[in-house]
Amino acid sequence: MTAPILDVVSVTKTFGGLTAVKAASFDVAEGSITGLIGPNGAGKTTMFAVIAGFETPTKGRVRYRGADVTGLDVHRRAELGIARTFQIVQPFAGLTVRENIAVGAHLRHRQRQLAHALAAKVASRVGLTPMLDRSALELTVAGRKRLELARALATEPKLLLLDEVLAGLNPSEIRDMVPVIRSIQESGVTILLVEHVMQAVMSLCQHIHVLAEGEIIAGGTPATVSRDARVIEAYLGHGAAKRLQAVDHADA
Amino acid sequence: MKRASWLSIAVVAAVLAAFPLLLSSNVALNFVTFAGIITLAAQGWNILAGYGGQFSFGHAAFFGTGAYAMALLQVRLGLNPWLALPIAILIGGLVGFVIGALSFRARLRGSYFALVTLAFAEVLRILTNALSFTGGAAGVLIPLRVGIDNMQFQDKRLLYWLVLAFVVGALCLTHAIARSRFGAYLVATRENEDAARALGVDTLAVKLKAITVSAMLTAAAGCFYTQTFLYLDAGIGFGPWISVDALLAPIVGGMGTVFGPLVGAGALLGLGELTKSVFANLTGGAAPGIDLIVFGMLLILTVAFAPQGLMGLVRPFRASSKGGA
Repeated sequence: MTAPILDVVSVTKTFGGLTAVKAASFDVAEGSITGLIGPNGAGKTTMFAVIAGFETPTKGRVRYRGADVTGLDVHRRAELGIARTFQIVQPFAGLTVRENIAVGAHLRHRQRQLAHALAAKVASRVGLTPMLDRSALELTVAGRKRLELARALATEPKLLLLDEVLAGLNPSEIRDMVPVIRSIQESGVTILLVEHVMQAVMSLCQHIHVLAEGEIIAGGTPATVSRDARVIEAYLGHGAAKRLQAVDHADA
Repeated sequence: MKRASWLSIAVVAAVLAAFPLLLSSNVALNFVTFAGIITLAAQGWNILAGYGGQFSFGHAAFFGTGAYAMALLQVRLGLNPWLALPIAILIGGLVGFVIGALSFRARLRGSYFALVTLAFAEVLRILTNALSFTGGAAGVLIPLRVGIDNMQFQDKRLLYWLVLAFVVGALCLTHAIARSRFGAYLVATRENEDAARALGVDTLAVKLKAITVSAMLTAAAGCFYTQTFLYLDAGIGFGPWISVDALLAPIVGGMGTVFGPLVGAGALLGLGELTKSVFANLTGGAAPGIDLIVFGMLLILTVAFAPQGLMGLVRPFRASSKGGA
């Protein structure tokens, strides 16, 4: 593997008395699709907010391509090539799909024509071309997820943070979306994704980090992680790993 | 689409410029000049609030700054009004920048921002009323010295055309902003600040730029008020009336559209004048404030039946200006 594009170094984030993330460290290899998974409330969204700059960590550093970006503002990180989508979609409601995507495209293209041309190109990559001149409000849930993705892509990122882009989609919509995400990786963009749709995580990711109660409890390939006893316990409760093993043995 | 909108600005400009050639009565001329001044102030508000979503209740702060700077530069420093005009506009922009820096850095949004701008305008009104430099409660009087070099016109049509030139300039500026990256960022900030930041928009810088431009336009309106009436006091310069006019016109006309403030100012002031004269004819006496009742009713009707404003009712116009957003 090449050098990590993103390096999270023992990040802790507390909100008042609540510790959302506890000394979490992990890295993301350049060019990979890396997953960040964990049960609800594990601190994944907080971790994303820290990486993108929406939250400042209480302790720890975030390094991006070797440089410390911990104190940088959100828009500065976007300029450096970190883009994110939001779990709860945040369309610019009063604008058309094209104008929505163009806001992202403007980051590297001052001229309106260039930004709009790039917006159309990005829309075709995520399958939004027929909706370009419709209001963002007219989009379905799946469409809005695609719009989130398109806007982030339009900033021409090097590292793309995807916060549950598959959540709320039906199985056929997920099947449509998976190849889109893979094609983004193939175009040279590194992807870090938070996702609950396990089947997609397992098929997309080369590497997975597991966050539970704010701590990184495991990391590795999808196959190793899914067999890790601590991971199974985190998802299914204390003692689950043993019981599952017992069931396996009984079957054998 | 884009050509249509530059074209529509040109057509509107031509029609408005021809106005005094058709209607020569002084009353009508005074009315359209005043409507032009309000349009200018309203266009300033529209850029900050209509496009940027930052609702100010205190545009009087900028109007008054422009008006008083225009007056005091002439009366106290003896500057020629043609020189005082750009300086007063710059001072207005500076006041806008400072108020913006103080409130946006403190992350004030929505109603908090609105209340703070209202407070700034009130503070300026009270200070202006108290200080002797500004003429205190007695106000300031610009000595009457008619002459084009002194921006006091014998032919009132010249003043109207001067104000109109600024109104058309403001229309062009708004249209250009709406079609620029700054405009796209401004609208994105209005729609969803966090999403905009994630896409690389420096929302603080965008808002500061917007409030500065906005304040400059509204200050220009104040300058022309001074040159029209040659008298100012704190209640006129910094009074809530202009804050209300500056926001009512775009809301009624259509926020975030190029022509909204112009249409709104025309509709509001036109109906107000009409009501005043009809009422005076019916009862034989003037009823001061009756136009404010009309303003209130118009606001309620707009919010209830045309939330996009009058421009929202005119499809082709809207498409041409909205496409620029």
